[in-house]
Amino acid sequence: MTIPRRGLLVRALRGFAAFWWDFLVGDTPEIFVAALVTVAVVALLRVMGHENAAAVVALPLLAIVALTISIRRAQRASRGR
Amino acid sequence: MVAVTVSSSVVVVVGAVFLATAVEMVEALTIVLAVGHTRGWRSALEGASVALVSLGVLVAMLGPALARVPLTPLRLVVGGVLLIFGLQWLRKAILRSGGLKERHDEDAKYREVVAAMTSAGASPRRDRIAFVMAFKGVFLEGLEAVVAVLTLGTSAHRLALAVLVAVGAVLVVAVAGAAVARQLTSVPENLMKMGVGILLVSYGTFWTGEGVHVRWPAGDVTLMGLVALYVVVTMALVAMVRREVAGSGRGVPAR
Repeated sequence: MTIPRRGLLVRALRGFAAFWWDFLVGDTPEIFVAALVTVAVVALLRVMGHENAAAVVALPLLAIVALTISIRRAQRASRGR
Repeated sequence: MVAVTVSSSVVVVVGAVFLATAVEMVEALTIVLAVGHTRGWRSALEGASVALVSLGVLVAMLGPALARVPLTPLRLVVGGVLLIFGLQWLRKAILRSGGLKERHDEDAKYREVVAAMTSAGASPRRDRIAFVMAFKGVFLEGLEAVVAVLTLGTSAHRLALAVLVAVGAVLVVAVAGAAVARQLTSVPENLMKMGVGILLVSYGTFWTGEGVHVRWPAGDVTLMGLVALYVVVTMALVAMVRREVAGSGRGVPAR
């Protein structure tokens, strides 16, 4: 009885993990990495350096850079086809 | 005289939740219409209804749990998730507007589902295939809307409002869908997705900042400034992609 239950649990956990992987990373890992880097940089600026003004500018700027890099990547991929 | 104050964050929550839910429901409606037309309405509507109830249960279960998480870490995590989610939506919308990616074609999706349903053989009175197809269509499309409702609603402390707006969007799409029937291509889906992307990235930026104790210069009003900034950037990136597509003579290569 316990084996099927465990199997069901493993399947459910795998499905849950796969949903979040697909949702957050999917075919744009660069956006996922860029978002993590953005959060880390802004947290460092704000929490360690107390640089509020720099954090206010850096946050949207890094998001824009991430979007531009991802678009350029898609353009390059399209050129390669 | 009653003075009503609506903060910028509420406007953005309402706009983002409504647009995100509406876009996802248009996609779900295409599937339900295709299943209903080919295999009968009873099972299609039952599948769609059960999926909507399941999505509601998900919100009812997770919403109060998320509301208990302290606000600062919640906003940091939600801000990060919204930033990723919003940038993904915006990227797709920009590539579609620029002509580098196929636009979402509801007619093609409709034909695809009709072909699959027709090849599944004759439909009995209680049609399991139709039920499962409609359920899957609505549930899977609705999951992204649920994420938007939960993240935006709990972080803004407006979960009830977010749920109401989402329910409103479902009703609007259902009524409009019944009226226009199969002419779902007339819905400006890409423009709506672009709007959702801009709102999600704006909120993601704002809350990520709040999560690491950034003091925004104009408080909540900064959100409107972020929306304006991302609109300008989006337009510039669309123009950049269009220039490249026009220059190379390439059109819409792949999804």
